[in-house]
Amino acid sequence: MARSLKKGPFVHHKLERKILANAESSKKSVIKTYSRASMITPEAVGQTIAVHNGRTFVPVFVTENMVGHKFGEFAQTRTFRGHAGKKDKGKR
Amino acid sequence: MARIAGIDLPKNKRGVIALTYIYGVGHTRAAEILEKAQIDPNKKVHDWDDTELTSLRGILSDEYTVEGELRSEYQLNIKRLMVVGCYRGIRHRSGLPLRGQRTKNNSRTRKGRRKTVANKKKAVK
Repeated sequence: MARSLKKGPFVHHKLERKILANAESSKKSVIKTYSRASMITPEAVGQTIAVHNGRTFVPVFVTENMVGHKFGEFAQTRTFRGHAGKKDKGKR
Repeated sequence: MARIAGIDLPKNKRGVIALTYIYGVGHTRAAEILEKAQIDPNKKVHDWDDTELTSLRGILSDEYTVEGELRSEYQLNIKRLMVVGCYRGIRHRSGLPLRGQRTKNNSRTRKGRRKTVANKKKAVK
């Protein structure tokens, strides 16, 4: 179900603050975040955000097309190594 | 001959039904279009005259995306998901369901025909 328009997009308040500060500054630093549920805002375009996948932080470089998605969509939580017996595929 | 949007419409069907043969036009839109063109929805296709046909063509090309254009738009949306590298795009790439359905069984529409694996262990009772 879609989120109510009245509330606007969800961005974790601390992450939002960091993204805005980073957008202002000239040198872009990588922001680490656990907030996978946060929406990618237009301000984040061109920044690299390290999104936690449960184990490590996955660096995500935000492009224009990603606006409106959530950060979590770009950091896989599962690793599929292929099925047993399948020869050519799924080598780590 | 009633050719609209590059598609031959069946001659002896009612207008509302015949329009649904166009990709991107279902029952709702078919009714909508005929309403705009002020044609009786029960009128058969072979009874349409040329002015009615041209007005239908005009409405379709001006107000709706159908057929090839719609198909390419659809493909572009999928392509965007894949290029961006989000979860749905990855699922598209690997040919698995996108919306969190189970894949232990079923989901044959996405996965295609069953690929039987030789010597696969059966679950122990």
